[in-house]
Amino acid sequence: MSEVFFFIAGIGAVCGAIGVVTVRNPFYAVLALVFHLLSLAALFLLLQAQFVAAAQVVVYAGAVMVLYVFVVAYVGAAEPARLRAPVGRGQRAAAVLFGLALFVELAIAVLGSGLKAISTDGPTVDAGFGSPAQIGELLLTKFLLPFEVASFLLLIAAVGAVVLARRRGGIGADEADAVSVADLRLPPGTGTMREAVGGVSSHEPFELGAGGGKQ
Amino acid sequence: MSVDWYLVVSALVFSAGAVGVLTRRNPLVILLCLELMLNAANIALIAFARMWGNAEGQIFAIIVMVVAACEVCIGLGLVVAIYRRRLPIDVDEIRELHG
Repeated sequence: MSEVFFFIAGIGAVCGAIGVVTVRNPFYAVLALVFHLLSLAALFLLLQAQFVAAAQVVVYAGAVMVLYVFVVAYVGAAEPARLRAPVGRGQRAAAVLFGLALFVELAIAVLGSGLKAISTDGPTVDAGFGSPAQIGELLLTKFLLPFEVASFLLLIAAVGAVVLARRRGGIGADEADAVSVADLRLPPGTGTMREAVGGVSSHEPFELGAGGGKQ
Repeated sequence: MSVDWYLVVSALVFSAGAVGVLTRRNPLVILLCLELMLNAANIALIAFARMWGNAEGQIFAIIVMVVAACEVCIGLGLVVAIYRRRLPIDVDEIRELHG
């Protein structure tokens, strides 16, 4: 039974990874990565890593991917058309060749390994293996220093992201060329440049708000 | 399933991520491909933890997840900063670090 689940989750993980690499639209790439991460969580469950699987779903597929979706929605509309054109044919062929060579090398390293236990299912472990209790005990006893360092790293990353993404030059400094509501409330026929280039027809009254033609 | 199957899946995912980093030019997608490579390492770590019957590899995987979250945080901050300054979001165009 575990073989069936392994192949479903493994094929899902590999297909999600290939989808991330090949899909053109970054939004769909993020969705493919969510699918990949959920398949990976299933693989972690098969390896009796319950806590890591739960953290994968909650932290990765939940929080981090939501951050990605926000940034893609914020930035994605501005993506220039030439980005959708692929990189040069030579570079793409070289990259695929490199990937294939990497996979073959890793497969040789794994399958030709001298580790005898690598082709077994691993030792039988008790039901508490990988449970939150065991992980928590390890994190707070043997791995206390890495735990604290990781929390500092998260703090530094949060501060760094705020510093990187803040507005420069005060509030509203980069909104000088935004469209103002006052532009839309001009009465028709006042000879604006927008009328001259045909943005507004002078025959039909341009009434966007109630005050359009009554001023 | 024996452990080497998980390692083969890990190798496949890692190779796909490496190809993506080399062929894509949108920094958002490059960050996604880096996530793929880190996750491939996570599968291998957890498979080896199962192989030895020792949960310390799972702690390693959790720390990798923390580092990946930090990397995403900073990377997306950089993308937003690039977008705010009206620069092209293309790693071929952004090659200078000054300023």
